[in-house]
Amino acid sequence: MSELKSGSNLEKVLKAGHFAFTGECGPPKGANVTHLKEKFQYLKGNVDAVNMTDNQTAVVRMSSLAGSVLMIEEGLEPNFQMVCRDRNRLAIMSDILGAYALGIRNMLCLSGDHQTFGNHPEAKNVHDIDSMQLIALVKKMRDEGKFMNDEDIDVPPKMFIGAACNPFADPYEYRVYRLANKITAGADFIQTQCIFNMEKFRDFMKKAVDMGLHEKCYILAGVTPMKNAGMANFMSRFVPGMDIPDSLIKRLKSVDKKDQAEEGIRFALEQVEEFKEMEGVAGVHMMAIEWEHRVPEIAERAKVLPRPVL
Amino acid sequence: MIVADRKSLEEILTMVKDNKKILIAGCKGCVTVCNVGGLKEVEILASSMKIARKKQGTHIDIDINVLERQCDNEYVAGVSDIIGNYDAVISLACGVGPQFLSEMYPDQTFYPGVNTTFFGGATQHGVWEERCAGCGTCAINNFGGLCPIARCAKSLMNGPCGGSSNGACEINKDTVCIWDVIVRKKMDAGKLEDLIGVRGIKNWRTARDGGPRRSIREELVQGNI
Repeated sequence: MSELKSGSNLEKVLKAGHFAFTGECGPPKGANVTHLKEKFQYLKGNVDAVNMTDNQTAVVRMSSLAGSVLMIEEGLEPNFQMVCRDRNRLAIMSDILGAYALGIRNMLCLSGDHQTFGNHPEAKNVHDIDSMQLIALVKKMRDEGKFMNDEDIDVPPKMFIGAACNPFADPYEYRVYRLANKITAGADFIQTQCIFNMEKFRDFMKKAVDMGLHEKCYILAGVTPMKNAGMANFMSRFVPGMDIPDSLIKRLKSVDKKDQAEEGIRFALEQVEEFKEMEGVAGVHMMAIEWEHRVPEIAERAKVLPRPVL
Repeated sequence: MIVADRKSLEEILTMVKDNKKILIAGCKGCVTVCNVGGLKEVEILASSMKIARKKQGTHIDIDINVLERQCDNEYVAGVSDIIGNYDAVISLACGVGPQFLSEMYPDQTFYPGVNTTFFGGATQHGVWEERCAGCGTCAINNFGGLCPIARCAKSLMNGPCGGSSNGACEINKDTVCIWDVIVRKKMDAGKLEDLIGVRGIKNWRTARDGGPRRSIREELVQGNI
């Protein structure tokens, strides 16, 4: 146990060699704690940790820090997401200390969607540091016990450090090197962007394995079950960095509209089965977007239950 | 150069709606080059305003004057004899011009006739693009001679974000992902190793974040050169 970096449940699960299964939960557009807690109940016991998103798609919501703490109160483990868009280095370090003090042990370090996508496109963005530098900063705070300016931290925050990876963004040839850089910076685990193009992901993972990246870091494959063909079309057209093959859209369209959700889940389950066997993949990050109530069923059908208790 | 866009005629007319005699001051510097505040544009604005005010039935007298540079007190002083003759002055220089004028002539009212946008250049006739953010610590040599601070929407220093697609930035398909260009340039040159590792955190004190900036060249201040 002394070798654990943060002692989070997610870290323990991965370190013990279990196939990890993480979930995601967006905080409310308001202070509706009741609704948030309802969503938690669908995730509790079905995943190892839950990402609490940070003003995702640049739409203002309850803070991911507050959402993460509410999650802890309900007995779930949060993966506290932090974007560089909204905070300078002072706020970042301050929030990391606050998060740790309130019991948060996992962090996902992100640049953040540009504010022009969101509901306050007139906002000034920050980007004092980028996601790569954020990873290195969390590692420095944890391992050296120092702030960015090298001053000592009185009780350093011990975080299990996560980072994102989008194998489907361009330039593709560089993506595996960017992943390697994130690992060099200090990422302990990676959650990939939603995977739909399996052929491309297989190629990407082969490259990552050839470079030995899977031995330095836990790579969790991102899965989003499609609710219908319309969602697939929308994501393909409007969500940056998405690679949704026509074959998937055709597959969803090939069944009655009322059956498209089931078809979407089936595709996601097929993906999970393949990821279980894919070299270098240490788990799945299930992003059931505003579909938390389907997670218990998805987890059961994916045969990832019960989750290990360590 | 400094690039600017002219404000709309409506906005400018509103600024001087109560004035009967104004001066439109152009500048022969950057705004002439980017076709927004040189002699031609000053004349066009003056004509447009006269016509608009005539339609409104509120005649306006407009004189024009194009200064050599509005960012240089030597030339700003050149209008001292006439500046008091007007109810107000519209400057078509970048944001520097009307400030130099305001500082030298505190009793006069100066309105900005343009919106100053960025440091850049023309990529084709009629199209200007941003190239520099004036961060005070140029390091473009690390990025294939291209600036991710000015040209990446998130000023990323460690490679393209997950929104880069087919060479375009996630914010707009017409905006080049400069990191795509940087990466491809390095790959083509066989210098991918330049992009391996983590580039350290930037010191923003030399940028606007450190407060309004001043550049002092002692040899010039002392009159040695």
